[in-house]
Amino acid sequence: MAGNQKNRLTSGGLIDRSASLNFRFDGKSFSGFQGDTLASALVASGVKLVGRSFKYHRPRGILTASSEEPNALVELRTGARREPNTKATTAELYEGLEAASQNRWPSLRHDVMSVNQLFAPIFVAGFYYKTFMWPAKFWEAIYEPAIRRAAGLGRAAGTADPDHYDKAWAHCDVLIAGSGPAGLAAALGAGRSGARVILCEEDFTAGGRLLSDGGMIDGLPAADWLSRTLAELAAMPDVRIMTRTTLFGVYDGGTYGAIERVNDHLPVPPEHQVRQRLWRIVAKRSIVAAGAIERPIVFAGNDTPGVMMASAMRTYVTRYAATPAKRVALFTNNEDGWRTVETALGAGLQIAAVVDARPDVSPAHRSLASKNGFTVLHGSVSGVDGGKDGVRKISVSLTGGARAEVEADGLAISGGWNPTVGLTSYHRGRPKWRDDIAAFVPDGAPPGMVAAGAANGAFGLGACLREGFEAGTMAARDTGRTGNAGSTPVADDEIFSLAPLWHVAGKGKAFVDQQHDVTASDIELAQREGFESVEHLKRYTTLGMATDQGKTSNVAGLAIMAAVSGRTIPETGTTIYRPPYVPVAIGAFAGHHRDETFHATRLTPSHHWAAEQGAIFVDTGLWKRAQWYPRAGEKDWLESVTREVKAVRSGVGFCDVSTLGKIDVHGPDAGAFLDRVYINTFSSLAVGKARYGLMLREDGIVYDDGTTSRLAEDHYFLTATTAKAGLVMQHLEFCRQVLFPELDVQLTSVSDQWAQFSIAGPKTRDLLKEIVDPAEDLSNEGFPFMGAREVALRGGIRARLFRISFSGEMAFEISVPARYGEAMARNLMLAGRQFGVTPYGTEALGVMRIEKGHIAGPELSGTTTAADLGLGKMMSTKKDFIGRVMAGREALVAPDRQVVVGIKATDKARRLRSGAHIIPKGQTPGPGNDQGYITSVCFSPTLDQWIGLALVQRGRERIGEIVHAHDPLRGEDYDVELCNPVFYDPDGGRQRG
Amino acid sequence: MKYSIFSLARAALSGHKNWQRTWRDATPKDRYDVVIIGGGGHGLATAWFLASEYGIKNVAVLEKGWIGSGNAGRNTTIIRSNYGLPGNTGFYELSMKLWERMEQDLNYNSMVSQRGVINLYHSDAQRDAYARRGNTMRINGIDSELLDLAAVKKMMPFLNFDNARFPVQGGLLQRRGGTARHDAVVWGYAHAASELGVDIIQNCEVTGFVRDANGKVTGVETSRGRIGAGKVGMAVAGSSSRVASMAGLRLPIESHVLQAFVSEAIKPLIPNVITFGAGHFYVSQSDKGGLVFGGDIDGYNSYAQRGNMPVMEDVCEGGMALMPMIGRVRLLRQWGGIMDMSMDGSPIIDKTPVDGLYLNAGWCYGGFKATPGSGFVFAHLLARDESHAEAARFRLDRFRSGAVIDEKGQGAQPNLH
Amino acid sequence: MRITCPFCGERELGEFTYLGDAKPVRPVAGASEGEVFDYVYLRDNIAGVMSENWYHGGGCRAWLKVTRNTLTHEISAVEPAAGVGAAKVGA
Repeated sequence: MAGNQKNRLTSGGLIDRSASLNFRFDGKSFSGFQGDTLASALVASGVKLVGRSFKYHRPRGILTASSEEPNALVELRTGARREPNTKATTAELYEGLEAASQNRWPSLRHDVMSVNQLFAPIFVAGFYYKTFMWPAKFWEAIYEPAIRRAAGLGRAAGTADPDHYDKAWAHCDVLIAGSGPAGLAAALGAGRSGARVILCEEDFTAGGRLLSDGGMIDGLPAADWLSRTLAELAAMPDVRIMTRTTLFGVYDGGTYGAIERVNDHLPVPPEHQVRQRLWRIVAKRSIVAAGAIERPIVFAGNDTPGVMMASAMRTYVTRYAATPAKRVALFTNNEDGWRTVETALGAGLQIAAVVDARPDVSPAHRSLASKNGFTVLHGSVSGVDGGKDGVRKISVSLTGGARAEVEADGLAISGGWNPTVGLTSYHRGRPKWRDDIAAFVPDGAPPGMVAAGAANGAFGLGACLREGFEAGTMAARDTGRTGNAGSTPVADDEIFSLAPLWHVAGKGKAFVDQQHDVTASDIELAQREGFESVEHLKRYTTLGMATDQGKTSNVAGLAIMAAVSGRTIPETGTTIYRPPYVPVAIGAFAGHHRDETFHATRLTPSHHWAAEQGAIFVDTGLWKRAQWYPRAGEKDWLESVTREVKAVRSGVGFCDVSTLGKIDVHGPDAGAFLDRVYINTFSSLAVGKARYGLMLREDGIVYDDGTTSRLAEDHYFLTATTAKAGLVMQHLEFCRQVLFPELDVQLTSVSDQWAQFSIAGPKTRDLLKEIVDPAEDLSNEGFPFMGAREVALRGGIRARLFRISFSGEMAFEISVPARYGEAMARNLMLAGRQFGVTPYGTEALGVMRIEKGHIAGPELSGTTTAADLGLGKMMSTKKDFIGRVMAGREALVAPDRQVVVGIKATDKARRLRSGAHIIPKGQTPGPGNDQGYITSVCFSPTLDQWIGLALVQRGRERIGEIVHAHDPLRGEDYDVELCNPVFYDPDGGRQRG
Repeated sequence: MKYSIFSLARAALSGHKNWQRTWRDATPKDRYDVVIIGGGGHGLATAWFLASEYGIKNVAVLEKGWIGSGNAGRNTTIIRSNYGLPGNTGFYELSMKLWERMEQDLNYNSMVSQRGVINLYHSDAQRDAYARRGNTMRINGIDSELLDLAAVKKMMPFLNFDNARFPVQGGLLQRRGGTARHDAVVWGYAHAASELGVDIIQNCEVTGFVRDANGKVTGVETSRGRIGAGKVGMAVAGSSSRVASMAGLRLPIESHVLQAFVSEAIKPLIPNVITFGAGHFYVSQSDKGGLVFGGDIDGYNSYAQRGNMPVMEDVCEGGMALMPMIGRVRLLRQWGGIMDMSMDGSPIIDKTPVDGLYLNAGWCYGGFKATPGSGFVFAHLLARDESHAEAARFRLDRFRSGAVIDEKGQGAQPNLH
Repeated sequence: MRITCPFCGERELGEFTYLGDAKPVRPVAGASEGEVFDYVYLRDNIAGVMSENWYHGGGCRAWLKVTRNTLTHEISAVEPAAGVGAAKVGA
């Protein structure tokens, strides 16, 4: 066995002594047992120095035994799995565990940065706000990099997280946080009543403080009651106990967030398993039985390794059979702290002394002291003599003014308990102060939630059981579960007698927030400088903002603020509690949404065929669309795209346009409905015809465009752009359901039901004849431009055929049921071979639309009016439609608006780029003459030069003007001519032919 | 008291017992020349500029809670001037220039860190839109660079370049952009304004306006009594509608919740400010070491100052998609602020139809970076009764006239800006 | 937040899209520019109980009128929009 577990008791504890585990800390080999945490194994091995503090690099040990730990933070694991700031107190030990201390160089024992302690007189709270201002340039160059390097504790891996995370939903009647006596009693009450129960426990074993503090319940030792209760709960099919799961937040509508550490107790998650799982739990009722956290008392040297919370010391001794010290002193202000004395004595440890801040100590404790030969001192610990090797001696200020010294190698402190009020306060609720326990307790909670047991300020074992059981039973009743809950588990209530004590004056640094090195004098300084509000205090001193979220420091900090500012603690108040209760890996919130599976991928019906053809795909929203189809020997995309355009313009080509939004509009009022949503009129459209339509937003700006066809008297088929497909559906449903409920019309999204192809080029009709049933008349007379109707294909499949053209060529769009999409692509290739058919992608589509002067996404920018796009005349003056009134506003009809115009470079060899700005020729570019910008460009094979569209002030009045294209980002300046945006076949003869 | 390393060293000798309050704890006077409602960054900056630039020192800043308790204390601390539309471009650059001299102006280290802001692009269309915007910036004399993939890789080798759903293609970089320590901005303005005689009055909630017979605002009713005012300026983003309604005004504003997140402090990992272009995620690392990140607003009207899980998940998904190295870094805190979402995504700094009442509102996401500029132009408006040239387009009547400033092109739907 | 859709039952926030205040009524044809401006641009922006338009796009595509408190996010009522087929609910 590596290492020497010199501080391990020979018996006892909830560890499996048959399962020895080897681990390394800072490169040194140690061993522990199954059931240990890293912290308990280090305690058992006699390691006291575990970390260095944030600012002063003070040596730090282990303060607690749970998730409130401020000091014992390590980098756990190595390589890509390195996890900085991992609490040794919650990290389960596993074979081969590797951990390293943080924030030290070159080593934990010899940390150069501990020189900071010499500057401590200057490094007070907020010192950086008062200096580092001169010279101004030094901040980014010198000061800030130094501060950034010094700040932060652990190092992230810096490479992609190799593990997987999962997200899941769960539903229940009653959700319980915590498996201590209150939580288990709640589960019994709710479970026996018949409720569906989920109980989350952050520890890897259920039991809470029962595991450390024992007691008698229902006449049984706590351990026996625990196993009996867990067995009873396990037998209930609707009760689920989730260990290693922290309930971290509460959201609206009874939705809770929980993080399950599925495989963090193993070196690497087993194959096909996740590291952690994020749970969204929907619960009708919830019970916070998350217990309480013992709080320290602030005194000089309270951060010395070997100073430990009294309850944590009991946990190490009882649960882990590991002794943090041989000769223990206790500093307490309450009765509960004395339990540590009993535990220590029971484990054969020596008690050096008990320093009790209260005026009286019970006769029982006095006799315990005399029987075991230790003294009880009335007073307070005012200093600690020790260092990185631990505590050596403590100084005590005795009531009455005398001083005493006690030799001890460990100091247990107990300043009372703070109920865990986080979950109950996450909806911005503020807890209320209770004088009798000198602590904040929940004051109301989010809907459906109650607190029970220690989380509610009931510290006695009997009270925890009673409150938990009642809360569980009541919660079940509230959800209609009325089974026989049986009787409440019974136990005695301990006496909790506390004399509040927060801070002991003394020489030397007294730490409130140990991780952030916030001292009592920092709080006094903050008060002096006016940062009296607790939120100012937090922000100015960083109190409570460390990875422990102030679990051990916040209340002490505001108590000290209350004292120095002459207010009471409740007057001083608390800061707002914010989730998550414990820090949660970002990866868990993402789940599987990363890498290729970040978002869904939508494939067009012809995708697999296109992939076979070697198509290059482009992301268009969630879609993968064929961008171009490279052929052997082509040197770049431009050559491929140019070939595709030429092939279409001279022969025939086809393109999958299934990504368009497609909506069937049915009903007697379908035409009237479309008249209200489009700026132009559709009720007058003849059956069998298609029409281009433009929609505005209600503010008068263009929303979307597309072609809509009338397939029957009461049936239109509407298309929307790929980008707006879903949004147009939502908008139209809003118009139908909310704005115009009187219209008898129905909308059906059929985007996914139809595969749609554009077939374009002078040989289109020849190709179609091979596909379409010969009985269908495709002649110019039988199927004229803008015709639209259902046709039969050879073989009988029904298709929708539209004679519309985006390319400016003779063209059709054909829709077939989506399941035939791939077959259609293959058939077009087969049937079109004789005509030299060429599949083309979105690039060629874009080139041809620019040549034809059609607007698209870059022009539909959400800031252009119909008139800006050259479509102002489409706006009907004879009817109301969405956006009509606002479109008439002064600034939207101003004559100097930027409008769409064509551009071409005066130098035919010049390449154009979108995003270049338009400046009048001969002027120096500036804000005053920035007249527009280039929206779309392409190399036009037809014109053999780059052309584009631009939005230019008064552009249409300036056709023929030479202006300047200014592109400082890319270092380009050149002249362009403003021209008619329709570069190709301006009179439209080709598409009508 | 002047702050410097020397005064710090001197104070250290006396155990820091001699420091004065950072700002005076003022008791309200009967009347001020200007009363500013809202002790956030904008209100305090306005007061400081009134006193320092316009010689108006009889000024009070009224704060309902503690100064900086609104969005000034609840943001992701980013500063930049990379806007593309007239009105915004010049204004945010004015603000940026004021950030660059803030510490020296105020004698308070607000840690203005010009570490660079990059907006990544993932498609040709996005590149073109950024090119347009970057060129606008350059034409306005603002620094801006369009980076290609190789340059982005060199600058941020930790992004996912291998198996991303939406691969990064490049980015628009403003090197002068960066971050500032948000609370220190509040305290710095409070400190400097207080030194010039401005009264900063905390725990003073405005409950109504005092109007004369002509309807002119002549003061405010507060939880600490009536306070007279020559002019009243509102800088209460998040609560603009509520306060304006006391004067009978309805505004083109909705209140929405924007969440933000911070991770545990870790050693330096992310050198600059990064905005993902294919999801809702932006991130920087604070000097203290926490990753500060955020995304979109939750999308529904809210005054609750807290959000829900879908957006939290959405933001983290964006983060993991962009930089999967942060998977094991832990999210430490989440919070929510109330955004004044205006109808075009741009702010309003103008007189109101109510005589004597001036409005500074509608900041959407842009409030923090605007802090010094907003204070400067609002002070100008209050002092001179006319808009500063760089704020001339932030008029309240622009929605009526149609002269909106809509960077995102989403129209009159606040939750899409 | 969870919204009980009258058609689908209680569903998670992520299935819904928000539009805004349901109180303003679209002015009838022929309304003045001022009236339309008011409808499009001005908001009560209520801090408290508000009637809102939500779209169940991740479900039945119904537009719903949701009564919700903007201070607490508490939802007190959900009803279908007038044109969604209200008669079918509860029938």
